[in-house]
Amino acid sequence: MALAHLTSSSRSNLLKPSPPSYPTLILSAVRSPPPPTPLLSRLPFRSLLTNASLLPAPSRPLLKSLFLSSATWLRCGGWRSPPILYKAKLIRGFCHLYDGQEAVAVGMEAAITKKDCIITAYRDHCTFVGRGGTLLEVFSELMGRQAGCSNGKGGSMHFYRKDAGFYGGHGIVGAQVPLGCGLAFAQKYSKGETVTFALYGDGAANQGQLFEALNISALWDLPVILICENNHYGMGTAEWRASKSPAYYKRGDYVPGLKVDGMDALAVKQACKFAKEHVLRNGPIILEMDTYRYHGHSMSDPGSTYRTRDEISGVRQERDPIERIRKVILAHDLATEKELKDFEKEIRKEVDQAIAQAKESPMPEPSELFANVYVKGLGTEAFGADRKEVRAVLP
Amino acid sequence: MASCLRRYGRRLSVSICEKRELSTACEGKVIQQQQQQQQQQTAKLLNLCSAINQALHLALETDPRSYVFGEDVSFGGVFRCTTGLTERFGKNRVFNTPLCEQGIVGFGIGLAAMGNRAIAEIQFADYIYPAFDQIVNEAAKFRYRSGNQYDCGGLTIRAPYGAVGHGGHYHSQSPEAFFCHVPGIKVVIPRSPQQAKGLLLSCIRDPNPVVFFEPKWLYRLAVEEVPEHDYMLPLSEAEVIREGSDITLVGWGAQLSIMEQACTDAEKDGISCELIDLKTLIPWDKETVETSVRKTGRLLISHEAPVTGGFGAEISASIVERCFLRLEAPVARVCGLDTPFPLVFEPFYMPTKNKILDAIKSTVNY
Repeated sequence: MALAHLTSSSRSNLLKPSPPSYPTLILSAVRSPPPPTPLLSRLPFRSLLTNASLLPAPSRPLLKSLFLSSATWLRCGGWRSPPILYKAKLIRGFCHLYDGQEAVAVGMEAAITKKDCIITAYRDHCTFVGRGGTLLEVFSELMGRQAGCSNGKGGSMHFYRKDAGFYGGHGIVGAQVPLGCGLAFAQKYSKGETVTFALYGDGAANQGQLFEALNISALWDLPVILICENNHYGMGTAEWRASKSPAYYKRGDYVPGLKVDGMDALAVKQACKFAKEHVLRNGPIILEMDTYRYHGHSMSDPGSTYRTRDEISGVRQERDPIERIRKVILAHDLATEKELKDFEKEIRKEVDQAIAQAKESPMPEPSELFANVYVKGLGTEAFGADRKEVRAVLP
Repeated sequence: MASCLRRYGRRLSVSICEKRELSTACEGKVIQQQQQQQQQQTAKLLNLCSAINQALHLALETDPRSYVFGEDVSFGGVFRCTTGLTERFGKNRVFNTPLCEQGIVGFGIGLAAMGNRAIAEIQFADYIYPAFDQIVNEAAKFRYRSGNQYDCGGLTIRAPYGAVGHGGHYHSQSPEAFFCHVPGIKVVIPRSPQQAKGLLLSCIRDPNPVVFFEPKWLYRLAVEEVPEHDYMLPLSEAEVIREGSDITLVGWGAQLSIMEQACTDAEKDGISCELIDLKTLIPWDKETVETSVRKTGRLLISHEAPVTGGFGAEISASIVERCFLRLEAPVARVCGLDTPFPLVFEPFYMPTKNKILDAIKSTVNY
């Protein structure tokens, strides 16, 4: 019943986001050197209270770097390794894969610096790698080992990287958005011309705390960019069943919004660049990234009970972010097919190496159980299972 | 005039009560049903989620103004506790809500205030905190502050709680202690499928708002003979599930199966343990526990939640107040550690059978 509705209207929306008749653009207008690379058809932005247009085409090095980074993350956060490790029970707990949505993380990284902060929900593997995380840290953390980025104590949902301004990694949806606004508040004080990107999903878009955060940010002109990664399903619930208005970029009402094709890394990059300049002058903006995830919500979700396999393969064929960049690169002879295949082989090797190394990393020490509950040196007593015998002084 | 209205109001509410089978008449109903159906009592082997599913089916069947809602309940829920409800009762009575716990509970309170039975599901007990304000400040105090004009007694909030082996920080918490601190609501935790069905039906039909925590670890694992008919188990009555004479053990939910294993092991060492299932945490059955402690002289409480400020503290303090001179040893609490629920360290954190066994022995040999 739900699926029938999907096949009629939403499916066509997914395969062709934004307006049904979109112009086929070949951007040939040159505004600045080097000479632009004409691109395949791009979808324009849809906006609320703001004017953003597709800026001129990006350069070749950018395209190459985008391909490299996406491909790594696809392997890493995506469809090959985690499921195998999960089945082998090396990864326990919950594991939420990001494949299909890489363009959002990649495009965003391309537009910002490491001084800008990013905060997201639990689908954070790729974002973490984008912020400079190594594959070893990713896999170790997934397996709960010491070499992981959170020392093995966080797991899949809690990746952090302080020196790159990546604030995680949050299990409770929606809770990270007011936090992100707080980060932006601090950034405004420090006057460093930096911004915060607070990401959330279409499911979390219905949380009350989001609107509280929006109001405060708009009131105080905070440099925060709220990015709704709309992959159209909140776990198993389609967006039209959970939201009265699935136009999440319009939810801000008094906050400008922009809807971006989230499977097009270049559009994401340009939108984020525009957004960064905008918020430093004018206060918050909402970016809605129209994207899609191929896997289910998490490793325990097959992903096919609430949508058809045709839909998934359809989106993969028409809108896959990595294939899109690959086509552009090949169409304009920026690299040969063989070179790209070699890149992928190397990346696969790197991933396998990282996994092997991660497997060798030890589990955290039992004393870590009590570490970092409070600040170090507080010396409070924590009680073990039996108040009389097991007492620990928190380190 | 006002007294006249009040009289009519009471009559009206009584007739509503009678029609809607509130569990003020619970005990009478239980006996009645048992007498009626003694010949035709069939029971089936069911696991916990099926038992809860049956209870929900019965609740919706017997009261046309009851509703089940929550995140993803329509297709059956993430634990399959609500399968078949939408198909049978329709989308108007069993429906999904968006991802907003505060909204779900607030909405449920409003629905209940209009005289309906609202059965709200919070997908994991770890996510109940956005709704904490609604439960504590609105649901618990509604009848009190309106001078009994309004109440949200028809509200039942169901949430899976407890460790499951790989849940991590946000899929394993046991938040019952937070709610036990709030007069005005009831907190009920079943230990097995047969108990769950009866207790859930009592909670739904109880004229007070109830938070019903279901041990998710037992959803598939616990299988028991569950009677197929409509039956209710009384709330605020603890049950002695194992008789003994040396030490009293008190627990609830999934922890009871661990405690039972510890009791069996202790028996081999000659220690006779009495095991009590509290069932309702507030208002809890002090008399049963007190009687048992007066018999044995020793008490051990075990729960998964962290030991400091856990509900075991309340039980311990109350029993010490009542039975101080009878106690032969300090009250032992074998609970989770005072840390956030850990990821890889879960085996260290949990109050395992061996920890309980050690505590039993040290208490008995005090």
